[in-house]
Amino acid sequence: MTETAPPAPVVDERIKQTSKFRQALIRPELGGICGTVIVFVFFFLTAFDSGMFTPQGVLNWTLVSAQFMIIAVGACLLMIAGEFDLSVGSMIGFAGMMIAVFGVVLAWPMWIAILITFAICLSIGALNGAIVIRTGLPSFIVTLAFLFILRGFTIFIPQTLESKTIIGGIRDAAEGDWLAPVFGGKIGNGFFQWLGDIGVIETFSRGNRAGEAVIDGLPMLVIWALLLIAFGHILLTRTRFGNWIFAAGGDAEAARNSGVPVNKVKILMFMFTAFCACVFATCQVMEFGSAGADRGLLKEFEAIIAVVIGGALLTGGYGSVIGAALGALIFGVVQQGLFFAGVESSLFRVFLGVILLGAVILNTYIRRMITGER
Amino acid sequence: MKTILKSVALGAALVAAPFASFAQSDDDLNYVLVSHAPDSDTWWNTIKNGIALAGEQMGVSVEYRNPPTGDIADMARIIEQAAASAPDGIITTLADFDVLQGPIKNAVDQGIDVIIMNTGTPEQAREIGALMYVGQPEYDAGFAAGQRAKGEGVTKFLCVNHAIQQPTVGERCRGYADGLGIELGDAMMDSGTDPAEIKNKVMAYLSTNEDVDGILTLGPVSADPTIAALNEMGLAGEIHFGTFDLGEEIVKAIKDGTINWGIDQQPFLQAYMPVVILANWDRYGVLPGNNINSGPGFVTASGLEKVEAFAGEYR
Repeated sequence: MTETAPPAPVVDERIKQTSKFRQALIRPELGGICGTVIVFVFFFLTAFDSGMFTPQGVLNWTLVSAQFMIIAVGACLLMIAGEFDLSVGSMIGFAGMMIAVFGVVLAWPMWIAILITFAICLSIGALNGAIVIRTGLPSFIVTLAFLFILRGFTIFIPQTLESKTIIGGIRDAAEGDWLAPVFGGKIGNGFFQWLGDIGVIETFSRGNRAGEAVIDGLPMLVIWALLLIAFGHILLTRTRFGNWIFAAGGDAEAARNSGVPVNKVKILMFMFTAFCACVFATCQVMEFGSAGADRGLLKEFEAIIAVVIGGALLTGGYGSVIGAALGALIFGVVQQGLFFAGVESSLFRVFLGVILLGAVILNTYIRRMITGER
Repeated sequence: MKTILKSVALGAALVAAPFASFAQSDDDLNYVLVSHAPDSDTWWNTIKNGIALAGEQMGVSVEYRNPPTGDIADMARIIEQAAASAPDGIITTLADFDVLQGPIKNAVDQGIDVIIMNTGTPEQAREIGALMYVGQPEYDAGFAAGQRAKGEGVTKFLCVNHAIQQPTVGERCRGYADGLGIELGDAMMDSGTDPAEIKNKVMAYLSTNEDVDGILTLGPVSADPTIAALNEMGLAGEIHFGTFDLGEEIVKAIKDGTINWGIDQQPFLQAYMPVVILANWDRYGVLPGNNINSGPGFVTASGLEKVEAFAGEYR
């Protein structure tokens, strides 16, 4: 996955020639691309007139996919660097609760609450990483511990302060704040209203918003997802640091010997994962206006599923951010789409499991075929 | 080209047919019920039975949707998704007003009829523009339970809460404490959902707080292990024991005197009534003029027969 330098004009006979086709096959996101195509074809055929591809339906699965993408980017980079973070889901609940505690219970200005929460989350990420590096324990165990620690605090803190486990009123507290709209705002209102006016998208038929378009803008959640994907992709494929990430996850000892600051890379990736979780949480509390102790349950696994569907190796050293984003897209589209297709909800998980298994087998098969590994 | 498309669509429809859960009917009314319950919560089975029966009787198609982990933000997305599919009506719980008001209001403004069931209050339902509220106001039910327990001599109590993350469930403990006229304090226990854990926590609490003479559990999840705990400590029948919701074990315990009463909020009605009401509203434009309180109904040892026969299914 390292970027090869542009070929010299004279062909070097020491470099093995590979065809463009073979090069395309070896890309980790191939499975993700195939999966995306298959999933969309499937839903076009089974759920086309069910509302899934109306603007409102599209926004719905886009939002869900964007949520997955935000945490999948962090999880992907960390996994390529050879580590896991199981505390992502708890971190989402925790970060949301921190914002509510600072912003609503203590009534600090919302931007301070958000910035402090980010600082706390980043330091917890760094702590995660430092413990893993210092003790040499598997990150699986260390972050599993933080899964419980953070969830515990998320329940304990509001219980102690307010004797309830959901703190509301964040929307009111964020009114007029300069930083809050960066996470909870929507952009393109005028454009969507225009689409509504010319009848491309539906408008509300009653209530005090009658005549307004049912979609009043593109949520910042989606923008964040796209920004994080672009950032992650460029970092991974266009920078020296990206190479360090691959090296740290591939063979840490060899990387260390050749001068890669493996510890620093890993700790930074833990912090980035925490950052992504915090972005997720902030968008969520700004959109919904309350923080609950049950937010983000099992999200860590959903992030890992997206990354794995996207072709990353659980053992590290291999993967792509684009692949992870496609994995998240598949996950989101399947999760929401099965409803539109009228599938019994209990079968959703069966379906998801089958898709996960299929994607992983396909990825592994392609990789083995190409690289010749057994 | 058109015929090819058509045959492809037909083929796909055949493949998808086994998955389709829509019941066929004449005028194709379809309703979606969205709950906040995680998959692990078996209490909601009665709800599924309730809408299935109502759907069958009214000849409409009904669907049940829930967030697998009980995450309420996920539930908001499910409501948005349901609205995008333009059903004739949405029946939903209102587990967190802040989170759910936006998506529900949008659905209402889009022209979809909404009925709030189970969780929420009549006031919130009105504010959101729903047709009505069908359910048991949690705090009020807890308060009624507390008043009744006070009359039956409870002076110090333990409230076993197996769903500490869900604030509406905790409202029952608060109402109970207020009904008794006692400060809630640390009488509400975060018990978790594992039966062995609950049992041992209750036993530990009772042996360190010997003056506790009343217990309230908030559903079968916490009630069943608490029954076992009382049996093991030889306190069955000694301590005043009230519980929310019914289940096989609870019914048995009411019969043998371990539990004084169960509060039935009648989930069957919460699921069944909205479907019937929506179908009649859509077909004939008739609508009851008020909210429907499905509970609290106190179930005591007298008149247990039907309860026993249908516990966990329609009760």
